[in-house]
Amino acid sequence: MKKNILFLTAISASLLATHGFAQSRDTIQNKGSDTLVNVAQAWAEEYQKVNENVAVAVSGGGSGTGIAAMINGTVDIANASRKMKEKEIKLAQDKGQNPIEHIVGFDALAIFLHKDNPIKSMTIEQLREIYIRDGKSEKWTDLGESVPGCKNDEIVVVSRQNNSGTYAYFKQAVLDKGKFRSGTLDMHGSKDVVELVEKTPCAIGYSGLAYATDHVAMPCVTSDGGECVQPSVETASDGSYPIARPLMMYTNGEPEGEIKNYMDWVLSDEGQCIIFNKGYAPVRDVNCGT
Amino acid sequence: MMNKTDIEFDKRTLDWYIDKSVQVIVFIGGISAIIFIIGIFVFITKEGFGFIVNTLDIGEFFTSEYWSPSDEDDPEYGILALILGTASVTGLAMIIAIPFSLGAAVYIAEFATGKTREALKVLVELLAAIPSVVWGFIGLTIMNPLIIELFDVPVGLNVLNAGVILGLMAAPIMTSIAEDALKAVPDRYREAAEAMGATRWQVIYKTVLPAAKNGLLGAILLGVGRGFGETMAVLMATGHSVNIPGSVFDSVRALTATIAAELGETAVGSDHYQVLFTIGIFLFIITFLINLAADLIVRGIRKG
Repeated sequence: MKKNILFLTAISASLLATHGFAQSRDTIQNKGSDTLVNVAQAWAEEYQKVNENVAVAVSGGGSGTGIAAMINGTVDIANASRKMKEKEIKLAQDKGQNPIEHIVGFDALAIFLHKDNPIKSMTIEQLREIYIRDGKSEKWTDLGESVPGCKNDEIVVVSRQNNSGTYAYFKQAVLDKGKFRSGTLDMHGSKDVVELVEKTPCAIGYSGLAYATDHVAMPCVTSDGGECVQPSVETASDGSYPIARPLMMYTNGEPEGEIKNYMDWVLSDEGQCIIFNKGYAPVRDVNCGT
Repeated sequence: MMNKTDIEFDKRTLDWYIDKSVQVIVFIGGISAIIFIIGIFVFITKEGFGFIVNTLDIGEFFTSEYWSPSDEDDPEYGILALILGTASVTGLAMIIAIPFSLGAAVYIAEFATGKTREALKVLVELLAAIPSVVWGFIGLTIMNPLIIELFDVPVGLNVLNAGVILGLMAAPIMTSIAEDALKAVPDRYREAAEAMGATRWQVIYKTVLPAAKNGLLGAILLGVGRGFGETMAVLMATGHSVNIPGSVFDSVRALTATIAAELGETAVGSDHYQVLFTIGIFLFIITFLINLAADLIVRGIRKG
């Protein structure tokens, strides 16, 4: 047993050593939200041209992954499509981290339907009845529609795994913090949701607008009897689309040095044009010349 | 009293040192398996134990069908649906795998000869070597549209899909072990039966199979253990949906897949993290019991 412990210690010590070494070069570790991962990668690539001495290593895995890594102190910047929970902030502080929030853009959460689905507009209440536990809508006929190709009319409810930021935001914005029904298909990425909906006539799903393809339909969404608004970059930034959320980056303490330079650049016109071109709304009006 | 040869034998020559060092290496190799298994058990217990004692309601854990561990205000830790998900997929897999693997084992052990036999054995082992993620891909890309087409169901990622995939994954291992069990039946049994005028089928059905009963049961239990522990293919083919299955066309979620999908995204030490370790402990105990049972049963044949 003692030998075993010694062995493990040796392994972890060597891991720590290599980790420390990697940190000493100017590498910014950036991890988290799948919603933001494409943008984060584009930022990282462009930033190479701005400052070639700094490499930004980007990986996805979901907001939960990024926040967990921030709490455990293994990343410099965590991407998140939801706010950190109070519990998580407390846990981070207990471990000596001090997460600071930076809003870097906005994202419209689009509802996806199969392209043969005749439904063109939906209300928040309808979405709630489909997604919430013991909700009334289990069949498309409950919404007064029948979907071609969907024989038994049953709604196939596509959701995300329970620590995705998209999941958390949808729960808060649509379910009013109620619980998801049992039997939702919990996909492990925004792309998987769109792909499944594309192939399944009975399905409904939700994901960031940037993942929309031509093969799925997106209904407009009405909230509180207002106008039905199509999800788009414009409606997300002017706040008219009812389910748009801020996208965040968390740093450990106020950013300093290279991390500060990077965050400043992300929020500059150049950085904000990149997020705009990827299908998200920038934090302020920028002229990207298109 | 020591005689001359004993003294020479005890002389510390190079050979003596080689002998000793090999002895030590073999001993460490042998004991390391035990150390690792204890180490793993201690580790998962340590991570999950505080939670089991302090927060977890064991009754809710095993009987609630609601699994929403990341809920901020009111987290729910029911694994009933997950247990049933794993059990239904494993059950269906066994219904598919048992006839195939026992049939294949009987054919390889009793009928096939020469080249056919060798080729079959190699192929079966090759089948066992296919990575589970590849099986998962088959489930996702081939079985999914096929099931939708054939059975007219809305989603093809369900118990049927995962059960077939898992059955195909478990069959090769079960075949290998079952074949060994059949081979272990002494030829004099067969000769005696044939001498009594039994046909080939009667020899197998009345003599060989009953004699190899324990080994075959052991093979089946190892297949069950494989089914319980399989993660990647099940994660990809079940639809990953917390749901108590009512038919083979319902999507479900497995215990292993839940750990795989969620553990990477939880903060170390949080309740969610610990409840996943609690599932790990549960799985560890289940597979341990299954393997133990299989081992005891297989041991049984050697004694009898």
